[in-house]
Amino acid sequence: MMNRLVPILLIAAAVIFGYAPFLIRDSPAEDTMGVVFKIFYFHVSSALTMMLSAIVCAIASAAYLRRRSRTADHIALAAAELAVVFGAIVLITGPLWARKSWGFWWVWDARVTSTLVMWMMFSSYLLLRKYAGVGSETLSAAVGVFAGVMSPLVYKSVDIWRTQHPTTNVLPSLPPGMRGVWLWCLVGFLLLYVALMALRTRLAASQAALDDLHLALED
Amino acid sequence: MTRTLQAAWTIARKDLRIEARSRELVYTTLFFAVACLLVFAFAFVRERPIDNAAAGILWVALAFSGTLALGRTFERERQGETLRALLLAPVERGAVYLGKLIALLLLMAAVEMVVVPIVGLLFSAPLLRAPALLAGLLALGTVGFAAIGTLFAAMLVRASSRDVLLPILLYPMTAPLLIAGVQGTAAIFADEPNLVLAQNWLAMLLFFDAVVVTVALWVFGAVMTE
Repeated sequence: MMNRLVPILLIAAAVIFGYAPFLIRDSPAEDTMGVVFKIFYFHVSSALTMMLSAIVCAIASAAYLRRRSRTADHIALAAAELAVVFGAIVLITGPLWARKSWGFWWVWDARVTSTLVMWMMFSSYLLLRKYAGVGSETLSAAVGVFAGVMSPLVYKSVDIWRTQHPTTNVLPSLPPGMRGVWLWCLVGFLLLYVALMALRTRLAASQAALDDLHLALED
Repeated sequence: MTRTLQAAWTIARKDLRIEARSRELVYTTLFFAVACLLVFAFAFVRERPIDNAAAGILWVALAFSGTLALGRTFERERQGETLRALLLAPVERGAVYLGKLIALLLLMAAVEMVVVPIVGLLFSAPLLRAPALLAGLLALGTVGFAAIGTLFAAMLVRASSRDVLLPILLYPMTAPLLIAGVQGTAAIFADEPNLVLAQNWLAMLLFFDAVVVTVALWVFGAVMTE
């Protein structure tokens, strides 16, 4: 069913992303940051998509450790990869924005630092997956579970350590003109995420099936 | 429960006896920690040690030397091909994990006994300002670090390129523990010490440790299946 949905999702995402620049151009300028603020629409949307992907990866990893379901493993792998991809978007758009509004490329604040640490955790998941050899699914599942558990702790500890970033209560207080544009972008990111997840999970399943065939042929 | 703890202690005692005979880990780890301190001296001492560097130096030296010890604890089982025998032992999986953890903790404690005073001497850190609080921060931070480290070292024991993968996994995962440890210690060492803040970090560490040990026990049982 997912397979038939993928083209529809991709077309919908393409339409949304195609129209997003016009909406962002026409959105009202923010009072203090002006035009720089407009990076917000992609920055926050990709950050939320990354969080979603991290949660999916942690849950799928726990499910794999419990039941050894290969589907759960493929979902976890796809989610870890996409967490790294969307995290990269966050970590690139973040400094661009920070340079203009705070004056520094990088600030060691709670949200920035914990995003970087989380991104590193999921990158290490992928490194482990690639280089650990036999049994790397189980090992990386353990890392996925741990990354899911540690992420809130990372956030909490850096939050007490230092804070400069705008807090989440910015989102509900967005003026209506901005909120609509942001939701538009968020939906685009989420549709793209679901489509990529479906494709990547299917690819992982095909790779596993191919490996099985190879093994059967060698025996 | 008592049986599990007894089994864990038996495994820890085995590791400690091997260590007591060769003293390989304690000497190499200790020397490595001191070598780290030397590098930090090159980096952070100008006319005299730069302000508030001691807490960070102490924790980074402990984290680095801890990683070295971690890599070796399971390496012995692998070289002796005794890991399977250990996992076949008729005790709960958790006991194997706890045994390894206890042995590592005692080893790291021995290293800390030497490294902490050296940091006090070389970087003029006021160790005796709040000794109980400092000991608590070190103990809880080490427990959390070792709890995550023991799990990953055990997992990686059969993986290829495990030497590289262990630190890659370890440092991002232990970030909250290192932050809490460094910040708590820095609050004690500061020119205007803030002991209430240090106590808050101590409480955070206790909470982190509880979470980490619980999750690690479950994951260890699920991962070490063969």
